[in-house]
Amino acid sequence: MGRTLAEKVWEAHVVRQAEGEPDLLYIDLHLVHEVTSPQAFDGLRSAGRPVRRPDLTLATEDHNTPTIDIDKPIADPISRAQLEALRANCAEFGVPIYSLGNPEQGIVHVVGPQLGLTQPGMTVVCGDSHTSTHGAFGALAFGIGTSEVEHVLATQTLPLKPFKTMAITVEGELPVGVTAKDVTLAIIAKIGTGGGQGYVLEYRGSAIRGLSMEGRMTLCNMSIEAGARAGMVAPDETTFEYLKGRDHAPTGADWDAAVEWWSTLPSDADAVYDAEVFLDAATLSPFVTWGTNPGQGLPLSGNVPSPADAVDEVDRVAIEGALAYMDLTPGMPLRDIKVDTVFVGSCTNGRIEDLRAVADVLKGRKVAPSVRMLVVPGSVRVKKQAEAEGLNVIISEAGAEWREAGCSMCLAMNPDKLKPGERSASTSNRNFEGRQGPGGRTHLVSPAVAAATAVTGHLAAPADLASAS
Amino acid sequence: MEAFVTHTGTAAPLRRSNVDTDQIIPAEYLKRITRHGFEDGLFSSWRKDSDFVLNRSEYQGVSILVAGPDFGTGSSREHAVWALQDFGFKVVISSRYADIFRGNSGKGGLLTAVVDQSLVEQIWELIEADPATPVTVDLEAREVRVGDLVAPFEVDDYVRWRLMAGLDDIGITLQYADEISAFEATRPSYKPTTK
Repeated sequence: MGRTLAEKVWEAHVVRQAEGEPDLLYIDLHLVHEVTSPQAFDGLRSAGRPVRRPDLTLATEDHNTPTIDIDKPIADPISRAQLEALRANCAEFGVPIYSLGNPEQGIVHVVGPQLGLTQPGMTVVCGDSHTSTHGAFGALAFGIGTSEVEHVLATQTLPLKPFKTMAITVEGELPVGVTAKDVTLAIIAKIGTGGGQGYVLEYRGSAIRGLSMEGRMTLCNMSIEAGARAGMVAPDETTFEYLKGRDHAPTGADWDAAVEWWSTLPSDADAVYDAEVFLDAATLSPFVTWGTNPGQGLPLSGNVPSPADAVDEVDRVAIEGALAYMDLTPGMPLRDIKVDTVFVGSCTNGRIEDLRAVADVLKGRKVAPSVRMLVVPGSVRVKKQAEAEGLNVIISEAGAEWREAGCSMCLAMNPDKLKPGERSASTSNRNFEGRQGPGGRTHLVSPAVAAATAVTGHLAAPADLASAS
Repeated sequence: MEAFVTHTGTAAPLRRSNVDTDQIIPAEYLKRITRHGFEDGLFSSWRKDSDFVLNRSEYQGVSILVAGPDFGTGSSREHAVWALQDFGFKVVISSRYADIFRGNSGKGGLLTAVVDQSLVEQIWELIEADPATPVTVDLEAREVRVGDLVAPFEVDDYVRWRLMAGLDDIGITLQYADEISAFEATRPSYKPTTK
């Protein structure tokens, strides 16, 4: 029987296998940030253990970092202490680090791929659930907890039970205006926030093959919101093209050997998945969330649902709770939802193509006076490239704030937060209660929908702007 | 890690599904660099409501949390496990957990018992009818006992063995250091390094 992409990558990393025990899997790349690592380094220190492979480990600062005045000391003493702890730990254990102010600093899941560190067939882990992003390269990449961070630092391995595999096939051509973000929100709405639990998702089909690497990263990034620890796309020419020439990509004979192996990784034609899901690309449209988990989403053309639509009692309680928290009325058109904040950025949608999509919509237009819009590049590199292309000028002239790189308003750990009762359209990944700040309300959207929403002041797609003018 | 064989205590009903780790402990509490003292952050937003189950007098001193499906979704923050433990919880009962949360619980010694939703509903009714009812979670027998109700639960064999023995994962893996070195010697030269 043939093997799937995920099974091939798994089998290439098994250090030890024994009956009744988890497999011991080798980890090729361990990314580290300030929030989930201090207690892990502490554990090593108290046990007198070194970091086994600092040369396969890379740290960056992202969650706590401010996105303005980064040349000044960080105002919040607790955030500052956490960043200082990471710097001291990296110095003590010999781990390379890109600190605030370094030209390679940025969100951990933007930094790895842009440096060419994330490659097909690798195992990649990080103490962050959005590590699934790196699966876009055909890597097996997943988030881990702090105990596992310590385990990887000490041993460069993890004991793991094999995942099940789920094929998510999207065939056809995506309609104009439909992006990877809309595809992932539609998938999560279809299979639910628990639908992927225990699975590695493999995204397949002509619509997926047609996505750029950045689109594939957006798609894989949100796999965790469907409950899956990892999402993957088989490596192809698009992948190789993206990697070639990047700082850490192989060169010369190594490149040829790598491409030869990478080309063997796609799932065999007779591979069998534990579950399969199909979507018709032609039926998809811009998608937004109305509730408080990423599965509570609908096409932008839809209406806010009613508790009466619930499939069972648990669902009814969930819809009621979400409507109350979000302060929405059943039956209201989603396009009528007014926002006061628009956030573009995060490991989901903070890359150059996302910023280009936003600038395309904002060009020659103004952000509505009632809306505050933040545009936050995912890394210093992305910021510099956007500035070289003049995107920052378009974005600033439209009235949006152009910021420094970081996680920003995705998660309320730095100064960028929603105030209680504020409502945002956000390109990030989670619309949980209070995620963007206590009492804040979040609608997840694509970059293009975010920009159109900023212009109109209510949830909107770029096509709505064209028809209005 | 403390070994876990059986635990008896009182239990709180949390009648919610999709309890994500941002609700268990919001990001503002994640800036600490210590391993303990996260009890003040546990469900901090919900605890502002005096009617929230953990604020009610009859559920003080509980050590077992009985929650709706899809508990622990979202962020990988292990602080969610630490906050539950620091608050005094030894066991969570739910019909379904997010994978990362469940893995983190096993590492930290918090037992996550998978119980059928129909039995979760019965446990809710029993502990709501009498909050002082003792609930026993028997890891050896893999069952939850409340009054006359016996609810079997699922737990991974290996995790069960580790919890019952109180073993530390890193110590187990380091016994295989030679096998790790042997594997490393076979890694191709095209694999990247961060230096």
